Amino acid sequence: MSKTALAYLVSLILLGGAVVLGVTVGTVSISPAVIWNPSSDEAAANILWNIRMPRVVLAGLVGAALAIAGAAFQGLLKNPLADPYTLGVSSGAAVGAVMTLFFGISIPFLGMYTLPVISMIGALITMLAVMGFARLVDRSMKMETVILTGIIFSSFLGSIMSLMIALTGEELRQIIGWLLGSVSMRGWPYVQMALPFVLVGSFVLWLYRRELNAMLFGEERAQHLGVDVKKSKLAILIGGSVLTGSAVAVSGTIGFVGLVVPHITRLVWGSDHRHVLPLSFINGAALLIVCDLVARTIISPTELPIGVITAFIGAPVFAFIFFRQRRGGL
Amino acid sequence: MLQIENLSGGYGDKKIVDRISFSVKKGRMLGILGPNGSGKSTLMKLISGVLEPTSGVVRVDGRPVGDFPAKELARKMAVLPQLHAHAFSHTVRETVSLGRYPHQSGWFSSWSAEDEAAVQEAMQLMDISHYESTLLEEMSGGEQQRVFVAQALAQNAAVLLLDEPTNHLDINHQKELLDTIKKQAIEKELTIISIFHDINLASMYCDELLLMDEGSIVRKGEPHEVVRTHDVESVYQTRVSNHPHPELPKPQITLLPGVRRTPAGLKVKAGDFLVTPEFVAYQSQLPLKTVSSAVVNAGSGWFRNFLNRRVDANYNVDNSYEEMVDYIEDSGLKATDTVAMMTAVRTEHAIVREYAGDFGSIVVAVTAGVGNGVDVSQAVAREQRVGTINTWIMVNGILSDEAFIQAMITATEAKTKALQHEQVIDPLTGTIATGTSTDSCLVAATQQGETLPYAGPITEVGKLIGTGVFECTVEAIHLYREAKKA
Repeated sequence: MSKTALAYLVSLILLGGAVVLGVTVGTVSISPAVIWNPSSDEAAANILWNIRMPRVVLAGLVGAALAIAGAAFQGLLKNPLADPYTLGVSSGAAVGAVMTLFFGISIPFLGMYTLPVISMIGALITMLAVMGFARLVDRSMKMETVILTGIIFSSFLGSIMSLMIALTGEELRQIIGWLLGSVSMRGWPYVQMALPFVLVGSFVLWLYRRELNAMLFGEERAQHLGVDVKKSKLAILIGGSVLTGSAVAVSGTIGFVGLVVPHITRLVWGSDHRHVLPLSFINGAALLIVCDLVARTIISPTELPIGVITAFIGAPVFAFIFFRQRRGGL
Repeated sequence: MLQIENLSGGYGDKKIVDRISFSVKKGRMLGILGPNGSGKSTLMKLISGVLEPTSGVVRVDGRPVGDFPAKELARKMAVLPQLHAHAFSHTVRETVSLGRYPHQSGWFSSWSAEDEAAVQEAMQLMDISHYESTLLEEMSGGEQQRVFVAQALAQNAAVLLLDEPTNHLDINHQKELLDTIKKQAIEKELTIISIFHDINLASMYCDELLLMDEGSIVRKGEPHEVVRTHDVESVYQTRVSNHPHPELPKPQITLLPGVRRTPAGLKVKAGDFLVTPEFVAYQSQLPLKTVSSAVVNAGSGWFRNFLNRRVDANYNVDNSYEEMVDYIEDSGLKATDTVAMMTAVRTEHAIVREYAGDFGSIVVAVTAGVGNGVDVSQAVAREQRVGTINTWIMVNGILSDEAFIQAMITATEAKTKALQHEQVIDPLTGTIATGTSTDSCLVAATQQGETLPYAGPITEVGKLIGTGVFECTVEAIHLYREAKKA
């Protein structure tokens, strides 16, 4: 078997295992047999299909979206520390989402999709602003400059959110979810809200897999190789923003997934975006399903926000990558 | 193939390249030379379309570069930029494969047999096939450079733009890479523009050169029109000397260092010559610039040791060079630092004499055996026989290239005159001999003191050489004849 086929096989098995664990483990333990044979235990099947499965699918979609977006941002910026969270893009999307709830915005014809669409716009605007500012500071867009700019924007956008939360009365509990991220108590409508955008966004990024490979060698080099840099950049930014926006709209800001997953994927399977993108998608889904499982079971019956778990794993990985980049290998 | 018309541009308001025009024909290689900051790389960026020109146009096949869609341009023109650091790991194969990007179209297009063949060929040409799955970051700068050249070759473009392709390479790989590129250029009729730091490499490989300074063209043309001491010195602000390549009709330059470690006061004196029955030798403290027709280290060069060795009349001449080198090494000298000739004449009969003039002095040393006198003007079938006149002229002064040659002429004329004066007869023809069949001449100079641009018979040094060689040769012949009689 080729290394590539093995990569996909291992990743899919991990994802399958994560899904099975995700729907069977919890305060009520359910036998995996119920998945294939719902009639064996009606009550368990009900919990499995109406409570746990939408939660697992949503976690999977959010993880996949953040991971593939992270992989694309890293390629685009040639920056291994970039991800929707460290770039401040998640915060931009969260501000969009909080604003939608705070002002009760509803765009005609969009209906339930108003929330993800405004989040995406928030994400895109933030992404453009961060890149624009970083370029102003340092033409070569050094790794640290971009991340520092992301932190500045995150902090600023976070304060706007805090202000809106402070001004809200009873909506407070719902909004606070966007700060730490959660996929609990969402149900199938949220899956429906995110699914089309996650698929479209991922497909757009996958179309630009070869351009991303070229851009890893720098924009100038990519242009030499025949890449329409402006067009590709815009498409990748929009694709990444769509993914981040839809993920944040349904789950809030969950950090580091887009950093950890592509990094490990590259480490194990190589840097070719033709495979890094789809593999990050699959592995991101698996990772977030497992993180959610841990979040809701580790100090059961109390549930931790999922962002706490991802940050617990992600921050050390961030430190590790930073160290490796600066000190050259380990 | 490639026309650059009135091209100007730079970064922001800063104009770095100023109204440059030139064209390169299909199958030709043009080298761009110029000091740091002269605008070479900016010119490349303007040509490749990475930078937008403020005025002027670049045409490929008559069509402005700006009119090409990005992919189509990349199929026409491949670029090798200067090496940069990378944040991610790639294998050699992945990197070279990217060169096929412009040949792949459509959302789902896959790797074709043609793509594979182009990548394999490029890796083979750059001698990196065995590194296929090595990570770029694990390779040396030179190896990485070859990977990127392979990437550019895999593009299969008719125009190649190279920014210092030999950067980071050792001399063997510099040669290999340029040979390969040049071969490709000839076989596939590629049009190549390349920036060079090394003027000599550029001169050797390019059909045309372009010398830039402060964003403008100082000179362009064939290497012999561009690699000229004056232009190179004024553009690079450094002293150079130009000389021919030993094998190619291409001029080369040599740097003249600003710091010379040679202490002054070097002087060749007749008294320092060692004259024994076995040899005549002179050892100089510092190397002398020498032109000679010796056995070891003939031609021109800088040497410290000078040896005129006596050999037996029946000396086997077939492997004389190797035997002579062994002899030099056995006497504790370095063969690379020694000019050596041989004679069958008794070396203790050598005449060594010093002649002083206004500019300084010269030393003449002659060993003469005339049993083998030859009249060079008579074309007669001859057998080689022993009998040699070896003439050394050491000049305390700075000789130009012309002066070295004129010194040789003058010395030869004086020697011939001495033979005539002594009535040395060519035994075969019965006429007066002009020399022997195996004469050697050596002119060496300290290259210190006064500059002597000429050494013909009307110059002071020429006159000393003339009388000196004449007197010494006459006297050496006397000693030779007396010894024969005895």
